Amino acid sequence: MSLSLEDVTRIALLSRIELSAGERENTREQLNGILGFIEQLQAVDTSGIAPMSHAVDVVQRLRPDIVTETDRRADFQALAPETEAGLYLVPQVIE
Amino acid sequence: MINASLKQLSAALAAKKLSAVEMATIFLDRIEKFNPALNAFITTDRAKTLAQARAADESRKVGAGGTAISPLCGIPLAHKDIFCTRGWRTTCGSKILADFVSPYDANVVEKLAAAGMVTLGKLNMDEFAMGSSNESSYFGPVKNPWDVSCVPGGSSGGSAAAIAARLTPAATGTDTGGSIRQPAALCGLTGLKPTYGVVSRYGMIAFASSLDQAGPMAKSAEDCTLLLNAMAGFDARDSTSLERTPEDYSRDLDKPLAGLRIGLPKEFFGEGMDTDVRAAVEAALTEYRKLGATTVEVRLPNSGLSVPAYYVIAPAEASSNLSRFDGVRYGHRAAEYDDLAEMYSRSRAQGFGAEVKRRILIGTYVLSHGYYDAYYLQAQKIRRLIAADFVAAFKDCDVIMGPTSPSVAFAFGAKSADPVQMYLSDIYTISTNLAGLPGMSLPCGFGNTQLANPMPVGLQIIGNWFGEAKMLNVAHQYQKVTDWHTRMPEKMR
Repeated sequence: MSLSLEDVTRIALLSRIELSAGERENTREQLNGILGFIEQLQAVDTSGIAPMSHAVDVVQRLRPDIVTETDRRADFQALAPETEAGLYLVPQVIE
Repeated sequence: MINASLKQLSAALAAKKLSAVEMATIFLDRIEKFNPALNAFITTDRAKTLAQARAADESRKVGAGGTAISPLCGIPLAHKDIFCTRGWRTTCGSKILADFVSPYDANVVEKLAAAGMVTLGKLNMDEFAMGSSNESSYFGPVKNPWDVSCVPGGSSGGSAAAIAARLTPAATGTDTGGSIRQPAALCGLTGLKPTYGVVSRYGMIAFASSLDQAGPMAKSAEDCTLLLNAMAGFDARDSTSLERTPEDYSRDLDKPLAGLRIGLPKEFFGEGMDTDVRAAVEAALTEYRKLGATTVEVRLPNSGLSVPAYYVIAPAEASSNLSRFDGVRYGHRAAEYDDLAEMYSRSRAQGFGAEVKRRILIGTYVLSHGYYDAYYLQAQKIRRLIAADFVAAFKDCDVIMGPTSPSVAFAFGAKSADPVQMYLSDIYTISTNLAGLPGMSLPCGFGNTQLANPMPVGLQIIGNWFGEAKMLNVAHQYQKVTDWHTRMPEKMR
């Protein structure tokens, strides 16, 4: 199948990537090129095959529920674009 | 000195022929001289490097408090800029992390520092390791030292170019679909991607978590062995790190190859491989037969599906992993926005480059409602078929061989206009990542179809799961009777 400009707009919204009106057509062409390439997977008969979700078959390890990290809030918040009183600042979400 | 093996560098330090500070200075001076033309390094910091070298000299002098001094103590190396390094900028080749100074070290960085290795700097790479030519880096393309009009391969292109130009004796790399092996081939080096789970991913910026694996890049298999011994091992902070008894990867280096069975996949020797690559690979196989190995044809019938399956699975995982870059806790934030949604989408639009955006969009699409089964689940089923092919093939052989890349290094711009053409340059390497198998590339000659300079060709060795010691043995025995791995570009002397 081939993506429409509306599809591209929806995927960009889901991806939280702003696309200008001028970028949309070019993006549509490139995505359709890639989707056309991966389309060949549809022709393969995979009935009865279990999906392989990881490179090795291991069970997720559990660890004891104890504190292993020290408090380094200042170090980590020093990287943030905007903080105040130990909190990350973002535009107001709730009126 | 610049062409010495890690073993020779170690011996020189042990015999006090020169200090770690003097050794680091030699390479720092070479970086200053040659890097402007190559763009292999994103960050260097002479003061930090020399402080580490002084500490290494001190350890060698006073001993390490009862424990043996690592043979790597005092030897310089450089890290791909995907590994977090405390106090050094870690950019992942992206604008979104252009000013990110990591508050912690990656496990690989910790381990090599604990061995006493001295960091020369951080190496350029394709943005978020997405690329096969190093043209997608925000910090500009890396040039191939053999011919600066050609790409070094990718995504570990800075690592490969820096070693090829002898700006560092060794480097770290990561390999999600061929990103250690393909640049190693295109720059004439030896590089190894271990079995998935052997080296910790902690502190390695995630691209596709079920495929990403770190490994060593250096001049020879013997060098890679020393590095892998220091890099491998269980780490509780990586949930997919494997709890295995530590191995000495050098244990089989000197074993003769008589009786070795080399599997040659029919699918790797068909159309699509350039004639000069084929000639060099065939000549290497002849050398292996002289060493007592036999070759047998094997089949990997689903390997042709590996590139399309990868371009569903890897973008799907990337779209999830890269959702963390939201301009809130670290990284680039747009200067102007009206609300939170716009802050996210504009920061990401400004911070990510074209290829990274494409993969996030594709990944989001194949995971979205109504398409998950048709694309993502189907690709995961095909991934199992590809892995099963290898299980069957390894019944008839000890290692698999073929070309690493279908061509020698190509010119800048040759494949950058068409993403699918670029994806196909990893056609021989991707299936091992999907299966979780170890793979390596070693130099086996030169090709030059249309280019002015002879360009290196890589021989790929694919091992069975946890077959690293065997692969290193197979590579080392070849390097004992050939000298391709000692060649360096004349202009870099």
